[in-house]
Amino acid sequence: MSSFWSIWITVLTLGTLVGCYLILRMCLKNFAGVPEGESMGHEFDGIEELNNPLPKWWSTFFLVTIIWGFGYLALYPGLGNFEGLLGWKSSNQDVTSLSDSKAQVASAKAAGLHVQYDREVERADERFGPIFAEFAQQDVETLSKNEEALKIGQRLFLQNCSQCHGSDAKGTTGFPNLVDNDWLYGGDGATIEQSILHGRVGQGMIAWDTMVGGEEGVKEVAAYVLSLNPDRAAKVDSALAAKGEAKFAMCAACHGSDATGSAAMGLPLGAPNLTDNVWLYGGSERAVQQSIRNGRAGVMPAWKGILGEDKVRVISAYVYSLSNQD
Amino acid sequence: MQNKHEKFEKHLGWFFTATIAAISIGGLVEITPLFFQKETTTPVESLRPYTALEMEGRDIYIREGCNNCHSQMIRPLRAETERYGHYSVAGESVWEHPFLWGSKRTGPDLARVGGRYSDDWHYAHLMDPRSVVPQSNMPSYKWLAETPVSNELSAAKMELFNGLTKNRSHKDENGNPIPLYSSDDIANAGSEFKTTKSITGKESLTEMDALIAYLQSLGHALK
Repeated sequence: MSSFWSIWITVLTLGTLVGCYLILRMCLKNFAGVPEGESMGHEFDGIEELNNPLPKWWSTFFLVTIIWGFGYLALYPGLGNFEGLLGWKSSNQDVTSLSDSKAQVASAKAAGLHVQYDREVERADERFGPIFAEFAQQDVETLSKNEEALKIGQRLFLQNCSQCHGSDAKGTTGFPNLVDNDWLYGGDGATIEQSILHGRVGQGMIAWDTMVGGEEGVKEVAAYVLSLNPDRAAKVDSALAAKGEAKFAMCAACHGSDATGSAAMGLPLGAPNLTDNVWLYGGSERAVQQSIRNGRAGVMPAWKGILGEDKVRVISAYVYSLSNQD
Repeated sequence: MQNKHEKFEKHLGWFFTATIAAISIGGLVEITPLFFQKETTTPVESLRPYTALEMEGRDIYIREGCNNCHSQMIRPLRAETERYGHYSVAGESVWEHPFLWGSKRTGPDLARVGGRYSDDWHYAHLMDPRSVVPQSNMPSYKWLAETPVSNELSAAKMELFNGLTKNRSHKDENGNPIPLYSSDDIANAGSEFKTTKSITGKESLTEMDALIAYLQSLGHALK
């Protein structure tokens, strides 16, 4: 703050306190020219204004608040650039980037300033830091046997993940079910952790309608896809499916020639297994056609920047435990 | 002797002047200096202006009164920063006209909601909030998916914001202000409307797309 504005604030603030005191002192004197307790000469409906002094308790309290005000301004930042004798402030308000924010926390600490928010975070880190540090030493699979970690993981899951995956983690249309042990990218601990840390962007399932030969092609490929499913095969038009099989070569690049998905091939493409009964976007004929016609591009946001690696480790353990219960 | 305060109490002009003087002290001390402070007029390093689509979305956010239930102001309290991310700072809002900090949280704070959920989630949530958050009491905003959005006013809005932020834009290495939108930006304002695919599956963009684009931009400058 420039010294002009610092002086501006200081003069106005102190001036107000002094002004309040002067007005109070003025009002404590009897300058009405009427002896105390006698009529001021106004009367209305039998109610008379008497020249009574200010109640003592009231004027005393007023004086105390003024003294309090001076005390407060001496201890806390209130007068322009003066930081106050306690060196207290609520937070570093002039940060320009995340790295600057960290630097300011460090420099305030080195300068011995009491930054309320930084202290609060520091106390929490002292308390919870060692717990998370211990969890960070263990891999996801080991951690998924730790009751404490699972409790923390569940809370974090409900807070951050349930909006899409549901509080029971069973997902909904377009948002994967996490309890069925069916994985787009792989269900080992490290892969789950990668999915949460860096997110996943579905890219391969573009709109295929023109490439499979228009609306007729979409129906053929959809029929073939459904014919792969043992429960559905009986109801599929086999002639249509046979035509679709030829076109499925394009799909096989990601879904595999046996259509069991990219995870089965060990590829991080996120192409689902089409031979089981797990359907992210619905398994009706219409829904499958829709997926082929318009494509699908599910996005899992990256959580590293929001939650940090330690918390993601714990959430990963929780998610892993949902599909791997003993 | 005459009562001194009678002079004020019985003279409208004096009374008015003295009242105005008394109630303006707070503003003169607490608000006026902020117009001239570095930290309230300098944008944070990675702040970028809204795209034309995001700008339209912001206007829809204002029109629908989203700020009546959602704040965009994370306070420096650990309970908030654990949930929402780094507390909000003034440098993130220097280009906001009007600011949308809000003061009531019927729903969660949205200051850093950008990137937290996928576009698909926002679409599902705005169409029917209870389809993804069963306990939500947010109304559905289905009609946004039916209402087309146009870039007709995008260029005018960009010029307006260039004017509003004249003294508070980023500066180049010589200290000269860099306008939020260059003349190229303004000439091509909203050209992305033609190339962006609508999440609703419609041929052209809807207000739903604009609002989602705006929500996804929130909080980008400090995360």
